[in-house]
Amino acid sequence: MYLYSITFYIFSLVAVLSALMVISARNPVHSVLFLILSFVNASGLFVLLGAEFLAMILVVVYVGAVAVLFLFVVMMLDINFVKLREGFLQYLPFGALLGIVLIVELGILFLTKSFSENSLSQFVQSPQINEVENTKLIGQVLYTDYFYLFQISGLILLVAMVGSITLTLRDRGQVKRQNISSQNFIDAKNAIEKKKIKLGEGI
Amino acid sequence: MIKYIKSFTLYELLQGMFLTLKYMFKAKVTINYPHEKGPLSPRFRGEHALRRYPSGEERCIACKLCEAVCPAQAITIEAEPREDGSRRTTRYDIDMSKCIYCGLCQESCPVDAIVEGPNFEFATETREELMYTKEKLLENGDRWEQEIAQNIYLDRKYR
Amino acid sequence: MNNFSYLNDLIIPGGIIIAQIMAVLMPVLISVAFLVYAERKVLALIQLRRGPNVVGPFGILQSFADALKLLTKENIVPANSNKIVFLLAPIITMVLSLAGWAVIPFSPNWVIADINVGIMYLFAVSSLGVYGIIMAGWASNSQYPFLGALRSAAQMVSYEVSIGFVIITVLLCVGSLNLSKIVEAQETVWFAIPLLPMFVVFFISALAETNRLPFDLPEDESTLVAGFFTEYSSASFVLFFLGEYASMILMSSMTVILFMGGWLPPFDIFPLNAIPGVIWFVIKVIFILFLFIWVRGTFPRYRYDQLMRLGWKIFLPLSLLWVVLTAGFLIVFDMVPNSL
Repeated sequence: MYLYSITFYIFSLVAVLSALMVISARNPVHSVLFLILSFVNASGLFVLLGAEFLAMILVVVYVGAVAVLFLFVVMMLDINFVKLREGFLQYLPFGALLGIVLIVELGILFLTKSFSENSLSQFVQSPQINEVENTKLIGQVLYTDYFYLFQISGLILLVAMVGSITLTLRDRGQVKRQNISSQNFIDAKNAIEKKKIKLGEGI
Repeated sequence: MIKYIKSFTLYELLQGMFLTLKYMFKAKVTINYPHEKGPLSPRFRGEHALRRYPSGEERCIACKLCEAVCPAQAITIEAEPREDGSRRTTRYDIDMSKCIYCGLCQESCPVDAIVEGPNFEFATETREELMYTKEKLLENGDRWEQEIAQNIYLDRKYR
Repeated sequence: MNNFSYLNDLIIPGGIIIAQIMAVLMPVLISVAFLVYAERKVLALIQLRRGPNVVGPFGILQSFADALKLLTKENIVPANSNKIVFLLAPIITMVLSLAGWAVIPFSPNWVIADINVGIMYLFAVSSLGVYGIIMAGWASNSQYPFLGALRSAAQMVSYEVSIGFVIITVLLCVGSLNLSKIVEAQETVWFAIPLLPMFVVFFISALAETNRLPFDLPEDESTLVAGFFTEYSSASFVLFFLGEYASMILMSSMTVILFMGGWLPPFDIFPLNAIPGVIWFVIKVIFILFLFIWVRGTFPRYRYDQLMRLGWKIFLPLSLLWVVLTAGFLIVFDMVPNSL
């Protein structure tokens, strides 16, 4: 049990600190790396809650794929971050407002009765192997009650994909492309042609 | 059609893999060098040596043909008559860092005194050690005499 | 809460965990050394050479000698590099390649953490492996490593997609994400037989995922010197090297668990099923590792655009098609495992 709370505090502390570092690091690549660290710690917290499937999805999707592309873009683009930071303070009121709204919402959640009855401590237990795997539980809910929403979100992603492809695809007519299978299927019989050439005439 | 089947069953890749598998059981072409050595020709031109007659008298008569023929000018000879009146070298130096191992010295030698022996493992740690003196060359000759004599005997038809 | 004692609540459970971790990682690290030796020896055999044969009997201690040599050397950190990230990168590679071993079942109940999402965990850990490489390439602040890192990132992300679909195909046949259950589901027949095309796709993607020849473009000697670890030396180089080979062994054990029946003997008959499961597991892993090395000895390196073409235009549609086919087959013949 104590081991459990120690791990909880380590994960949450690192998650919060690295989230702070994301917005305060000077180097954008460091920011992304801290973002990844905070993702990983968040997934650790999910594991502690017993939601192991969500934790792994978080790592696979966000850390394994999305953040890699993020890092890619940040590393490749030569952005002048000093210039970007010039107007940093003018966004402060707006950011502060967002933060306050978030805190107030969280506070309301904590204070409402329904939340305190089945309070967090009920969920915060050591990760025991549940009777029914939560992967299965998620599947049961996702493919029955929320089936249409699930399909719609899939469609939205499809539309986004089609959109980005149509935006970037250009047909540049003269580009010569390699046709690998036709190259592979060449054999000596039809690739080489024998010609009789008479002396002094050439081809 | 057959080509499509071939490409989807990775036929050609598997063929390549079986070829390498067959090679795995073939005899090796490399030798275990410091312990095993490859065959050397009797004409192999390795480290130099100055030979002696069976009586122990050194062969070199200081004719300086080798010094003259040496394309890299690696050989330096000084000579004067000995007490018994015979003409012998007082200094016979080979700068092994200059030598190109062309073998012209041993071909020019009228008495088979300077020869290039079968030894090729004479790497040194310093450049100075490669400045061979007469003593070093004679010592080489004593050490390798058997092999050198054998090589000269084997090569006698072509000399 | 009240009767907290350091001994019962902290030291004993912690100590047991650490002992278990050691019991798995020590053999893994030692087998990495022997894998490097085996690779050099097998490649030498294929190329009609002798390979290392001086240090120890048949040169078996060669890798230890190499590691010792590397560790005694100076650790050079380039002046223009980003020092913290530069030193962190090999550590991350090493740690991630070892972290995956937590869920590998060597035999029934021989596993540190028998979690319900074991295969997802392995997948997540192997997809994190790209960070060590990308950080190394960026922090070196030099052209070759950077190119290598970019190649590696793109390559690993694209091959993960087809690996993901292959895993889904297997999961459809098992009905659980638990690695032990995946092995148990192969009691009648190994998945390598009914899912042979997926087995091949998985093996080839595993080659790409671990940056092995013919897909070793991130460390392509002939064009990128050593790719992402060009600037590394000494201990950090050793960490990269160990990490790479440990993840190779991890990928082979993943292949064995998914397709070759883990600890199960090939036939459930007397002399075969008397041998303990661990030994079967190790034999199968060695076979897959031999395949890794054999492929390396046989095929030339892919060109980068062909590598991407293979991943996105051939493996992705093929594995997607196979997911649909398998699902359809299971439903039509009413063979869906664990139906609710």
